[in-house]
Amino acid sequence: MTVYWLCFILFLTGLYGVITRRNLVKIAISLSIMEFSIFLLLALVGYADGAVAPIVDPADPFKVYVDPLPQAMVLTAIVIGLATTAMLMAVIIRLYRKYGTFDIREIKNLRG
Amino acid sequence: MELAISVIVGFMILGALYAIHARDLLSAVIAGGIVGYGLVICFLLLKAPDLAIVQIVVETITLIIMVAVVLDSSREEAFTKPDSKGYVTAATAIVIMAVLFYFLVVSSASLDRLGEGELRMSQSYIEGAVEKTGSVNLVTGVLFDFRGYDTLGEATVLITAVLGVLTILRIKGKK
Amino acid sequence: MKGMTVVVKKTTQLIAGLVFLYGIYIIIHGHLTPGGGFAGGVILAGSFILLILAYGSDFLHLVREEAGTTLYENLAILVVLVLALSGLLLGTHVFFLNWAPKGVAGELISAGLLPLYNIFIGIEVAASILSIFLALVIFKEEITK
Repeated sequence: MTVYWLCFILFLTGLYGVITRRNLVKIAISLSIMEFSIFLLLALVGYADGAVAPIVDPADPFKVYVDPLPQAMVLTAIVIGLATTAMLMAVIIRLYRKYGTFDIREIKNLRG
Repeated sequence: MELAISVIVGFMILGALYAIHARDLLSAVIAGGIVGYGLVICFLLLKAPDLAIVQIVVETITLIIMVAVVLDSSREEAFTKPDSKGYVTAATAIVIMAVLFYFLVVSSASLDRLGEGELRMSQSYIEGAVEKTGSVNLVTGVLFDFRGYDTLGEATVLITAVLGVLTILRIKGKK
Repeated sequence: MKGMTVVVKKTTQLIAGLVFLYGIYIIIHGHLTPGGGFAGGVILAGSFILLILAYGSDFLHLVREEAGTTLYENLAILVVLVLALSGLLLGTHVFFLNWAPKGVAGELISAGLLPLYNIFIGIEVAASILSIFLALVIFKEEITK
């Protein structure tokens, strides 16, 4: 049970970073931290005691396996996470080239 | 098992806290890497080798991109003295976190203990999956046979993200 | 962007091919061992990124290279779509039907269409991530010019 709470605290850390930080790079890092905590939660939900990884041995097919459904969901979500993080970094570097700062308050005040 | 994962998640929380509060952006990015690589070890302990392979490569590429962006621009954290607006956002964050925490406490009554959950959803995916799909790796079987729609959708999202990056970076901005 | 020292370049020459082969192995054994199209695709892109980082973009004469990678990406997802629709052509009404013979579970040629899906999704993921990286590199080139 503890590990679910810790996982939730990791999510809250990322959320705190997104709300309070002013630096765009730090907001991107906080968003990926939130993403990682969700992946961890899904992997935790699929875990079972004494289970083996979901690779069936054709000679001995009747074992207990870890739930493969959350793993399949997370597998695609990780790759999507890379693409969206790269897109976020593209937006950030574009903004830096235009305004010369990472500070969202200054960018909001400039209105260029 | 639960203790080992808890210790690693504790380290990940420390890394996340340092990443959020570091003055230097480069050390913030590296500390964010702690979270990603700790997740790899968690996946290995949770018997998910597919996820561990993907996560370790993806985390490396993410770090390369972030470090390149930070080194290419300013490394300074835009740090100003805390003003009244800063306190307002911090208070908002704490209120939102408290609300979410209340919902966690409410919903934790229906959470199974780690490792004792039943496979309510996917029992039919596991039983006879090898006969239905012919794939020994159950994750691949779920990914491309039972849940093919989802995979196609995620591949479409990937293409959309790539087109977004190309659109953002290829237009000539006004000076 | 300039390349790195001679030591790094020589080591990269030796390693990049092996990383590429490892990615192909992960993709074509996707239905037998851990891994598959997504994991192998990211590893394939990683081998190219290794080369770009070690040799620098001056050496590679990147101008509009991402046109090639986006072409592969779009063709691969199109092939996945055609394979998914091919079940409909056989008269059944199932999208993503695994109609090919399954073979013996545990052998390399088995599992019907799943290895084909793995291969084309692998190409798609590798091309996507490589074109994102190339777009960032070319953007940096144009800025410094």
